[in-house]
Amino acid sequence: MLDLSKHGDGLFAATSDMTRLSANVHGWLLLLPAAALLALFTHYPTLATVWQSFRSTPKGSRPSVFIGLDNYEAMLEDPIFLKSIVNNLVYAAGTIPTSIALAMLMAVWVNQNLAGRGFLRMAYFTPTVLPMIAVANIWLFFYTPDYGLIDQVLKLFGRGGFNWLGTKDTALWCIIVMTIWKEAGFFMIFYLAALQQIPPSLAEAAALEGASRWYYFRRVMFPLLMPTTLFVLINAVINSFRLIDHVLAITRGGPDNATTLLLFHLWEVAFKFWDTGYGAALTVVLLALLAGLALGQYFYFDRRVHYR
Amino acid sequence: MEPAGLTRALDTIGAWVLALLWFLPLIYAVWTAFHPTEFAARFDLAAPLTLRNFADAWAAAPFARYFLNTVLLVTMILAAQLVLVTLAGYAFARFEFFGREVLFALVLVQLMVMPDVLIVENYQTLRRLGLIDTLLGIGLPYMASAFGIFLLRQTFKTVPRELDEAARVEGCGFLKMLWLVYVPLARPVYIAYGLVSISYHWNNFLWPLIVTNSVTTRPLTVGLSIFAAVDQGIDWAIICAATLMTSGPLLIAFLLFQRQFVQSFVRAGIR
Amino acid sequence: MSFVSVRGLKPALAGAGLLALASVLPASVEAQNLTFYYPVAVGGPITKLIDALAADFEKENPGIKVKPVYTGSYQDTIAKTLTALKGGEPPHFAVILSTDMYTLIDEEAVVPYEELAKTDSDKAWLKGFFPGFMENSQTGGKTWGIPFQRSTVVLYWNKELFKEAGLDPNKPPATWAEMLDYAKKLTKKGPTGNVVQWGIQVPSSGFPYWLFQGFTTQNDVRLMNATGTETYYDKPAVIEALQFWVDLSRKHQVHPPGIVEWGTTPKDFFEKKIAMMWTTTGNLTNVRNNAKFDFGVAMLPANKRRGSPTGGGNFYIFKKATAAEREAAFKFAKWATQPERAAQWGIGTGYVAVTPAAWETAKMKQYVAGFPAAAVARDQLPHAVAELSTHENQRVTRALDDGLQAALTGTKTAEQAMKDAQREAERILRPHKK
Repeated sequence: MLDLSKHGDGLFAATSDMTRLSANVHGWLLLLPAAALLALFTHYPTLATVWQSFRSTPKGSRPSVFIGLDNYEAMLEDPIFLKSIVNNLVYAAGTIPTSIALAMLMAVWVNQNLAGRGFLRMAYFTPTVLPMIAVANIWLFFYTPDYGLIDQVLKLFGRGGFNWLGTKDTALWCIIVMTIWKEAGFFMIFYLAALQQIPPSLAEAAALEGASRWYYFRRVMFPLLMPTTLFVLINAVINSFRLIDHVLAITRGGPDNATTLLLFHLWEVAFKFWDTGYGAALTVVLLALLAGLALGQYFYFDRRVHYR
Repeated sequence: MEPAGLTRALDTIGAWVLALLWFLPLIYAVWTAFHPTEFAARFDLAAPLTLRNFADAWAAAPFARYFLNTVLLVTMILAAQLVLVTLAGYAFARFEFFGREVLFALVLVQLMVMPDVLIVENYQTLRRLGLIDTLLGIGLPYMASAFGIFLLRQTFKTVPRELDEAARVEGCGFLKMLWLVYVPLARPVYIAYGLVSISYHWNNFLWPLIVTNSVTTRPLTVGLSIFAAVDQGIDWAIICAATLMTSGPLLIAFLLFQRQFVQSFVRAGIR
Repeated sequence: MSFVSVRGLKPALAGAGLLALASVLPASVEAQNLTFYYPVAVGGPITKLIDALAADFEKENPGIKVKPVYTGSYQDTIAKTLTALKGGEPPHFAVILSTDMYTLIDEEAVVPYEELAKTDSDKAWLKGFFPGFMENSQTGGKTWGIPFQRSTVVLYWNKELFKEAGLDPNKPPATWAEMLDYAKKLTKKGPTGNVVQWGIQVPSSGFPYWLFQGFTTQNDVRLMNATGTETYYDKPAVIEALQFWVDLSRKHQVHPPGIVEWGTTPKDFFEKKIAMMWTTTGNLTNVRNNAKFDFGVAMLPANKRRGSPTGGGNFYIFKKATAAEREAAFKFAKWATQPERAAQWGIGTGYVAVTPAAWETAKMKQYVAGFPAAAVARDQLPHAVAELSTHENQRVTRALDDGLQAALTGTKTAEQAMKDAQREAERILRPHKK
């Protein structure tokens, strides 16, 4: 008779039906296809990129040679690189908290039985379904001076004629607003799912105790939503470095690198200028940033997350 | 906590204002797409409706082919993902094998280090494999999805052991058990995951841009970006029409299946 | 040819096998399949025109199939071409910016036409282009690109708005001073104090360096040397030219502030948001079809002299193509630039027909008689100079573009911006100065 209980977790291990060897073989075989692809497209490239970052770019018939930290030195002298880091941080700071807060708000509203709930949900979520390219094209039209939608609305109030995307100070914010519009609805779904898991008894108990809505939100809802917030946060951080479709489509980094994000600069260096050595160095920086931010968040929040 | 009276009214107004603001860009795009170019910037309610923009957009670039490419691509990726993550998730959930914990940690690395970031090196890899400008080349880096493996492992772990034992008694090998017991129980997760995968890959842009060079492999997003390339004289009406066309299928699918979409997320317990 | 199927490897091997086989067969036996990348940088149904061109060629040359692939803007096209080249599957020929010549040579991607032009008539054909266009097409005594869709920058003006402002609608500004003066008269403010009509607009998005070359040429200064190894961004005359452009918006306020979008400039013109604009002659047909008012086209105003950069794309033939394929592509290049066809192309788009012979054809003469504006760009050719072109072209022009945008948005002074750009360009070009 099978006794799996000895090995907790329902694991197939050393049982009368399956030897340890068998479990190992089967486990590895099942894992092999996925592991192979992961190794090929995630782990190997990461290592290869680090390796490449210490070598020069091959040009025509000149092969690649080891040049030590030269690429990294060039990076420190590259004003566009430094600008792109600053831009990316501003972009992240602008998009992440706002979209998460909005997402939470939207989820709370949709969760309540307000009039036209279906419409609300649809309106909030629809931007997510669009590709970023489409979002960029549509918003480009809005930002067009004078006959773009925004300026037209402003004209009603006697202002307008402003070059939103062509002005250094506002260009990045235009991109940020566009991103928030697209992302908030996506995060909303996760919060919605989480809200529906919260037992109504909690709300009732709070109501009985005479707690205000804000108090309920702050002390009960928010902590319970922490796991979701952590999940959404990591997603948002990764997205803020990964998504550059809009920059590629409408600003191409301009004006004067006001909207150049790190990955965009990387793409230009690697696929427009074909400077693969320098591109590898930039990738290393990007990876380090991503890893650092993701791990940092995880450890910071892990202590504060309230798991049920 | 259900608010009542004034707070409820305020909530409703607030929610609606935000919703309208959120929906406005889309309405605007729809308006522009269905009216002639002269009315793109003017809101004359008496303006004539037209399908001309869609016809022009359709004729101006091989969108039919782009559609085909995208559908093939998304289907191929999803199919491969479902198989791979199921097998891998099963392995992690139910088999004790050497190096399991370490391997799982390595899998999780992909959550942060996505193929999109490793474009430089992955491009070289594809080149050595001769897969530049192929649909397979676009999809390959995504097929082993760490997110999927994570989800499935999670889900499979919650399958009650009694079911395992019952299946064993019936004489099931572990593969059969996977197919008869685990997979059906994880259905909501598969649906949720499938939806995420489809919308992600339908809308993916940077990697396909780099990998594809020709019309026969270009997906919709890349096709749209080339079509709307800013250097040309911009005809907003046609661009809006093209934009709606490319996001149309997903949009319509979502509008029709909203409820199921949200429900599947809830049931999958994705939090 | 490119790998086109989902399972890339098997057909790839089959394809390679066929190709190997094909390369040993005499060229006349089997059909050539040529892939041809081309960009579109102006408004209008260019894609349709190219497709028609390809179809006509195929009709006259059975045995050669031409597949045009639209690859976006000029910058997209060179990026795509290099990507394809590095991936091992470049197109057989392409229309690429004339200025990318050094980049393509450095990548050992293209073949000089001297290798393909063996007969006397071929050699004569090679000499038959406007010299103004050949400056960006030749180096080291060899011809690397053949002019196809070439242009110069011209000034378009709205005759109605001129009349309204009390200016002679048939007299465009001929000097910088005049242009500034007219622009001041043509700039109108609305009831709220916001400008509703700008006097002059010179786009600065994407590739401002091209428009900028108009200003510098008119100020009688060059931006690079003939071999593409040096730039002169910080010469005083260059800084002066930039200062003039910057002043138009920041000092005189006759030009929209910030970075002005290239793609929407024609539309701004149609919407009467601007009274004068600098843009490519390639937009001529577009403007003609869409401007619902009388407009004029003129050479750019002079300062120390008249001047404009040439612009646009050349045909390049790629080394990776087999000998037979190169011959076929060469045939296409010759065919497309025959006088009749060059004239047809010029009429259909507004680009300058690339050979003097084209302008002598009956069709063209008739067109110019009915629409004199079409000849302006050609008349400007004697004053035209080579477009900015150096090794590592994309990066070097990018340095200049960034500087221009910095100055136009007021982040840097014209002098600082140009000095920084020059420093950057020198750094990039250092390995090429050996």
